Amino acid sequence: MSHTQSASQPLAGPPAIVLDKVNKWYGAMHVLRDVSLTVAEKERVVVCGPSGSGKSTMIRCINRLETHQEGRIVVDGTELTDDLRALDTIRRDVGMVFQSFNLFPHLTILENCTLAPVWVRKMPKAEAEELAMSYLERVKIPEQAKKYPGQLSGGQQQRVAIARALCMQPKIMLFDEPTSALDPEMIKEVLDTMIGLADTGMTMVCVTHEMGFARQVAHRVVFMDRGEIVESGPPNELFENPRTDRLKLFLSQILRGH
Amino acid sequence: MSETTAEHLPTEARAQQKAAGPGPWAWARANLFGSWWSTAVTLALGYIILRVLVSVFEWGIVNAIWSVPYGPTGIANTAICQNAKGVGACWAVLADKYRLILFGRYPYEEQWRPAIVVLLFIGLYVVSAIRRFWRKELVLIWIGTLTAVGALMWGGFAGLPLVTEDYWGGLPITLILATFGLAFSFPLAVLVALGRRSTQLPAVKILCVVYVELIRGVPLISVLFMASVMFPLFLPPGLNIDKLLRAQVAIILFAAAYLAEVVRGGLQALPKGQAEAADALGLSYWKKTAFIILPQALRLVIPPLVNTFIGFFKDTSLVLIIGLFDLLTMGKVALSDPPWQSFSTEVYLGLAAIYIAFCFAMSTYSRSLERDLNRSRGR
Repeated sequence: MSHTQSASQPLAGPPAIVLDKVNKWYGAMHVLRDVSLTVAEKERVVVCGPSGSGKSTMIRCINRLETHQEGRIVVDGTELTDDLRALDTIRRDVGMVFQSFNLFPHLTILENCTLAPVWVRKMPKAEAEELAMSYLERVKIPEQAKKYPGQLSGGQQQRVAIARALCMQPKIMLFDEPTSALDPEMIKEVLDTMIGLADTGMTMVCVTHEMGFARQVAHRVVFMDRGEIVESGPPNELFENPRTDRLKLFLSQILRGH
Repeated sequence: MSETTAEHLPTEARAQQKAAGPGPWAWARANLFGSWWSTAVTLALGYIILRVLVSVFEWGIVNAIWSVPYGPTGIANTAICQNAKGVGACWAVLADKYRLILFGRYPYEEQWRPAIVVLLFIGLYVVSAIRRFWRKELVLIWIGTLTAVGALMWGGFAGLPLVTEDYWGGLPITLILATFGLAFSFPLAVLVALGRRSTQLPAVKILCVVYVELIRGVPLISVLFMASVMFPLFLPPGLNIDKLLRAQVAIILFAAAYLAEVVRGGLQALPKGQAEAADALGLSYWKKTAFIILPQALRLVIPPLVNTFIGFFKDTSLVLIIGLFDLLTMGKVALSDPPWQSFSTEVYLGLAAIYIAFCFAMSTYSRSLERDLNRSRGR
């Protein structure tokens, strides 16, 4: 896709995620229109756009929480089809963080983190716990390991959710509006965690309205509206010189809101 | 003392303060004797309650007759009971008939076997209720106990005479129908509830919907009739499935349909994000269901689940219709003995006490379980 291949794009390694003319409908509503996007390995992409623009739907198609009806999605060399084995491979390699955290409330923080490594990766329990503690330390809440999610603040819960996804040692991390459900004073601690993760060279696709975060970590920003990708490019270029009226309007609304 | 200081005290300390202080009197003055109207109602109701309690006490304890003399032929002489009728209870009927009511027509000398079976069942309930024992081994304990129950009831080995199901009766029948019924219908119900919500397998979904709707559409009695009268007509001649087993299967299928709807309610109440998070972590359908969905969904439906359990425990008495001798039926049988015919109140009160003991234990346990599970989650 010509408009996604900006000249100043810093990374052009082998592709981690390829979306090729993806279309999706909810009934009669056309929610994804010919969406094409290639994310290179170690690339960090921020997806923004007004609500209802299809950005969450797109990111959820990448690990098939939603199914697309037309087009191809290839993740880490494996095409997403109805083949369950291919889906298992992809979900092992793709971690996801949700807007509403979705921690398992009946399990402790540590159990939340070790469940998938033990039962999906068949890791011995002691090893999984060690791994979980190392990630909990990285998100700076190892002391909460024995508590239940309900006893933690929103920011802490989201950091646990990030640690839980990392425990599967994924190659790609997807973030679906990770700070939208948080109180303002907790947004920073989650963004700091994500910036720390970016420094490790993780491939990241992040739906967010945090423009400061986008400027700081994103190689590329993708702007979506009404189910299609309208513009994309390096954050500074895109924010300083929006080419389309739709992006100009969106940026003015975002800036007014802040 | 003010409310705020009381709230910061541990529960025991607060309870002590309440008991020691002017609490009860102040409470009574405020709630029972607040106005002349409230005082009048309190006095009137107090009088009625007192009268009822006194007459129940006189009838049930003071004037009650606990035993009667037996004639030379071994027939009870119930004349004193007849004379005391309306004045005192005749508990002698229970003293005379309790073994018939509890164990039915099981051979008299062998009745220690159903007695042990009842104790085994109660032991099984107690062990299952203790959360410390909630592990894989519990399934083995269930299989072991239920096998032992069957072996003891039938006998026919190690010098124990064989006693066929035709001679079983009373409390063991009720406990067998209820325990086997719930032990088999609950897993079936979970599968049906999951099947009914399946999006991948439309055929399974339709099958589950038809099953639930069909069973819910007919009364239990008609299912029992089908099992006992119509079902044998379809069997090839010579093949005969025991009546107790047929009733048991009917109860399992019937209870499963109701429990499935309760479980489905729990599945629906669970936020969609839980399943999505499990999917995103790569958990397979069965692992997701076993570790994430069911533990939360079943916790949500403990009250209606126990409600259904209690209902079916009592509904087992409907097997009376098809000629099985459960606890309630044995009460009726005991009353058919001429000398005791007019003492049905005492017999039915005795039976009610047994049913209440089991049902009350179930509901008390469900409440404490709910409290424990919620506390451990920090809610």
